[in-house]
Amino acid sequence: MSRSYLPHWMHWLGSPPNFYRFAGALRPWLMTVALVSAAVGLYGGLVLAPPDYQQGDAYRIIFIHVPSAWMSLFIYATMAVAGLVALVWRVKLAEVIAMECAPTGAAFTLITLLTGSLWGKPMWGTWWTWDARLTSELVLFFLYLGVIGLYNAFEDRRRGARAASLLALVGIVNLPIIHYSVQWWNTLHQGTTVDFLDPARSSIAPAMLWPLLVMALATHLYFFASLLGRTRTGLLSLESGKQWVRVLVDGQPAPTTGAPT
Amino acid sequence: MVTAIQPIAESTPPAHKTRPRSPGTLGACAALLRRDFVLAWRRRGELFLPLLYAVIVTALFPFALGPDPELLARIAGGVLLVIVVLAMLPALESMFRTDLEDGTLEQWALAPQPLALLALTRVIAHWLTTVLPLIVVMPLLGALLNLPVKVLPVLIVALLLATPLLVLLGSVLSALTAGARRSGILLALMLLPLAVPVVIFAAGAIAAAQIGMPFLAPLTWLAAALVLAIVLAPLACAAALRIAVEA
Amino acid sequence: MGGYAIYVWPAYAVFLIVLAWDWVAPALRRRRFARELRGKLARERTRATRAPRAEAST
Repeated sequence: MSRSYLPHWMHWLGSPPNFYRFAGALRPWLMTVALVSAAVGLYGGLVLAPPDYQQGDAYRIIFIHVPSAWMSLFIYATMAVAGLVALVWRVKLAEVIAMECAPTGAAFTLITLLTGSLWGKPMWGTWWTWDARLTSELVLFFLYLGVIGLYNAFEDRRRGARAASLLALVGIVNLPIIHYSVQWWNTLHQGTTVDFLDPARSSIAPAMLWPLLVMALATHLYFFASLLGRTRTGLLSLESGKQWVRVLVDGQPAPTTGAPT
Repeated sequence: MVTAIQPIAESTPPAHKTRPRSPGTLGACAALLRRDFVLAWRRRGELFLPLLYAVIVTALFPFALGPDPELLARIAGGVLLVIVVLAMLPALESMFRTDLEDGTLEQWALAPQPLALLALTRVIAHWLTTVLPLIVVMPLLGALLNLPVKVLPVLIVALLLATPLLVLLGSVLSALTAGARRSGILLALMLLPLAVPVVIFAAGAIAAAQIGMPFLAPLTWLAAALVLAIVLAPLACAAALRIAVEA
Repeated sequence: MGGYAIYVWPAYAVFLIVLAWDWVAPALRRRRFARELRGKLARERTRATRAPRAEAST
């Protein structure tokens, strides 16, 4: 077994009780750093950064709108990768991780849509428009809801996870559409502002850029912390028949009745 | 005691000459098509329901909006498109359900022919039996809504491109929900957001034709998406069918 | 906020409320699961103590 290509720690982590303990230890640290960086980012964005010469103070929604939009895409990609692992290798942990990504992804997509709407009303004069980026982001929201709904429609959780993972993979085509929509179509939505490969070339002022990137870090860390917590809960309910869950919940092993657990 | 081994009787031909020959890929698809047509013919009363639904809903619009012919002419193209999409939904939900329940899908999964091809055949049969009647009835429905005559060919072409695309997308979702006990209207809820881009392009072509602008671009986008879907959707559908069957 | 307060603060409120829900909901789900599992185990235990002889003979 040790000669397999899979690293030993990955194999160890794939076992539900091991992952449960590991995630439980890591989660408070992630959440703490997430909260601290969010505080720093929000202070930088709301207090330190100057008003925009065109948009005044309304632009400050950017510090939650853009990180949430980035998260809505990142979480979907994570969900699709975990779903692929679940479909191809039938790894139980991957199934749980993929399914537990969906609610948080839907939450960030909802935040993106609502904050975008609140930003669009003073800037564009409308709460909503059917341009390419907004429409494809809305489709992303429905894809998340579809994954959640399909997963919950199955009585066999593992089969439901596999079906919902396939749906997530089919919908992955939406991600490049969302990202490139502002380049491919004439849209009302603003074009690409932050250039990841060369941040100095971004068309945003540095005083506004750094709180944005800090908030992006904060949301990523929050997502990982949330995912670890949700996966722990998901593992508990999936493995509820196992001894380690019963010991954890009840403090004592299940009564031996002669029947196998 | 050793008994003499009896030779095989000469009247029994060797095994490889009596084993039934597999029908081959094309033969299997033809057989599947024939089966679906026969089944549809047996249920031909049921096939009228989407038609009836479309006619009734179309007739409701003049009652709801008033008989002003100009208003109706302006909205007719888009309204008919939406009506066709909605009329397709109920039949899509049960595309694979009966075959899953009676074990036919398992035979498909075990067959030597590629499952994706069998799924594509089912999609073709489904489109021919449930959607084509709707498109044939379009001139009548167009008359009910005072659709300008010059828009009718564009509407029909747009439907001929958009509806197979929607049936292909619907087949993937139908296969995904086939194994779910409590799916309810989940399929409709999942399909409608995916149908939005299709409707946007089809309606764009119809609206352009109505005001005399060039309408070829959205139609070619639809055609491109359709070609992509014909290649990719059966593969996704086959993967979903395997998930549905494996329990 | 230059007159845009009515847009900016609700946006931040949406951010905090939705993420607070995302943080709390799994905790509630976990607590409910633990309660149900404890009840189920308690039922199994009483059933085992009531008829241990019948179970042991299988």
